[in-house]
Amino acid sequence: MTLEICQKYAPNKDNLIQILHDVQDAHPQHYISPEAVDVIAEYLGVPANHIYGVLTFYTMYSTSPRGKNIIRLCESPPCYIKGSDNILRKLKVLLGVQTGGTSKDGLFTLELCACLGVCGNAPVMMINEDVYGDLTEEKVEEIIERIRGMK
Amino acid sequence: MSLKRIDLLICCGSGCISAGALKIKERFHEVLQEKNLANEINIIETGCMGPCDYGPVMVIYPEGTFYKAVSPDDVEEIVNEHFIKGRPVARLMLQDEENTFSTQKEVPFYQKQVKVALANCGYIDPESMDEYIATGGYEALGTVLTTMSPQETIDLIKKSGLRGRGGGGFPTHIKWQMVHDNASDEKYVICNGDEGDPGAFMDRSLLEGDPHRILEGMMIAAYAIGANAGFLYIRAEYPLAIKRIKLAIAQAKEVGLMGQNVFGTKFCFDAEVRTGAGAFVCGEETALIHSIEGSRGNPTPKPPYPALQGLWGKPTIVNNVETFGNIPTIFLKGAEWFASMGTETSKGTKVFALTGDIKNTGLVEVPMGITLRELIFDVGGGMTGGHKFKAVQLGGPSGGCLTVEHLDVPVDYESLKERGAMMGSGGVIVMNDTKCMVNIAKFFMDFCVDESCGKCSPCRIGLKQMLDILERITSGHGKEGDIEELQRLGEAVNKLSLCGLGQSAPNPVLSTIRYFREEYEAHIRDKSCATKVCLDLMHFDIDKSRCIGCSLCARKCPVTCITGSREDKYTIHQLDCVKCGNCQDVCPVKAVSRIPGMHPEVITKREAEAKSGNHHDE
Repeated sequence: MTLEICQKYAPNKDNLIQILHDVQDAHPQHYISPEAVDVIAEYLGVPANHIYGVLTFYTMYSTSPRGKNIIRLCESPPCYIKGSDNILRKLKVLLGVQTGGTSKDGLFTLELCACLGVCGNAPVMMINEDVYGDLTEEKVEEIIERIRGMK
Repeated sequence: MSLKRIDLLICCGSGCISAGALKIKERFHEVLQEKNLANEINIIETGCMGPCDYGPVMVIYPEGTFYKAVSPDDVEEIVNEHFIKGRPVARLMLQDEENTFSTQKEVPFYQKQVKVALANCGYIDPESMDEYIATGGYEALGTVLTTMSPQETIDLIKKSGLRGRGGGGFPTHIKWQMVHDNASDEKYVICNGDEGDPGAFMDRSLLEGDPHRILEGMMIAAYAIGANAGFLYIRAEYPLAIKRIKLAIAQAKEVGLMGQNVFGTKFCFDAEVRTGAGAFVCGEETALIHSIEGSRGNPTPKPPYPALQGLWGKPTIVNNVETFGNIPTIFLKGAEWFASMGTETSKGTKVFALTGDIKNTGLVEVPMGITLRELIFDVGGGMTGGHKFKAVQLGGPSGGCLTVEHLDVPVDYESLKERGAMMGSGGVIVMNDTKCMVNIAKFFMDFCVDESCGKCSPCRIGLKQMLDILERITSGHGKEGDIEELQRLGEAVNKLSLCGLGQSAPNPVLSTIRYFREEYEAHIRDKSCATKVCLDLMHFDIDKSRCIGCSLCARKCPVTCITGSREDKYTIHQLDCVKCGNCQDVCPVKAVSRIPGMHPEVITKREAEAKSGNHHDE
């Protein structure tokens, strides 16, 4: 499967970042496994250590398994000013996890991230590719419940 | 295409989408279908209209009616009243004590704005190239390619006085000239869309709202410097921007506005999108280039500048999204027109993102040289919740904060720099009097420590040291000399760091020390945070004259540090309190309040610990 993803791109080193994105997105647990790294390394003809270097440099990649939905709460100052710390506390309680943790049902991983660029509607979080703004504790609860309901 | 009597423009920028714009659009489609009006009314998804705080917003033409905070439940009423009976829905319009602002033009938020880069944002459908062309799109490129030489193109930019909008304010024509003069078989144009500054979202809005404008600007630059390939490096956090710019590239290629022999000339150009993966430092041009090459986004020393050795060692220009966004209009309306706006050294307009404790958060474009007061109070509508203005952070974590005394400073590159702030990418974070400046400085420092790539030691170690001191100060362990140490470290990191991230990271700390030194001193000497934000430097107290002895606070206290009875009332045992605030939240008679300053009992205990050698720090 990793190889098929690689083959969508020319075997040039500069496609690495995009390949890593695609491989991670395709994995049900949203991470890049050691086996996948080997396949990519061979395909691109670069040493695996280069790939690990890149993989661990960028915050969006994960080397360990994560939940089905990745929650990325903005921890930048504009969101902080508007109370993102309360939202974080609420999310931790709702999901029963600490920052970086995955909920027991495997549905959510809670992460913090730098500015999402929707500061006009702070505080903001992204779940996968969807942005949720003007968050309140009630709204967060609603959003999480809705996704839980969808399974 | 049938003629429609009404154009309904729904803002589908990321802000309004997060507020539910897509559901409203769906609802309009449903209701119009039900009422058989689908072929009379044109629903257009536009890019960001600006006033994110009012979202979801929409404008209805021909008359230009402006509706704010629309919900799916309002849709039926809009259709029935406005579309069928011709009676606009007043309750959805912007209102203040005296006035109702029925059209977009009347809304105060737009009054002082001059839209150049944002001209089409919120006005056209970003996914339709025809709409871009209808507003004069690609005309500038055609004129440049068919009537001007590359040198004439650069000269015109020079005459316009355009400076880079990404942060540094470097004159655009100098970069272009350097690459133009540098003979090479391959050259590259890079559009820097790695907008990472907290509080800035103009690049996202431009890419989402008017992608063809950015492509046109890039192609004009490519022609001027002699490049025929370009890359747009966009953060992976901006999926909609990536989708729209990719669509725009495909559309332009399909009709030959990009590709081989554009406008029948010898000019050939191809653009590709590359995404980031979450690294703030990649906004730095050398780091960005390494990231495009598929490596870690570590910056490298300059010189050599990318203009000499950039992408794959070839001459490269890296310009910001907003810079490219200005270029087509400069060629359409002339360099003199552009230079007529702004100040002596800062020409044209600048897009700002207003955020924080301000009424009208959102995206605005104003002439350079406007005062902070006009920007914050006229365009931004002033402070929320009746609070007072305290400070404004300009330029994100690289910038500095300014205070009430600077409100009449003109916003241009030099004026801001002189006062310890910077234009940066245009993020304007407004703070009210409930904010602790030491805490804010710590927050920005925390951001920079997180985002430091770790390659050079002044940034990697120096910033961490600064953060440690700030944490010490905000947790009540500050000591004499900490302020001076912060300044010394800040200056060292600024002078010695490899790239812009480290060089500018101390700015928030240095500028808050400069303007709010007394707050630092109160934290260190008096162990007091006047705004009651720093938990270690405040305490909770129960006013016994108000307490009714209901015991709710005691029952909600997670560490059972509140005791008492109905008769004696309740008391907080300060040494055990974890400052969770539950007691204050549950008190039915508001007897619990936050008092600035560490409680004397805690101070005594800490002093005793310090004497016995049980130090918190060191």
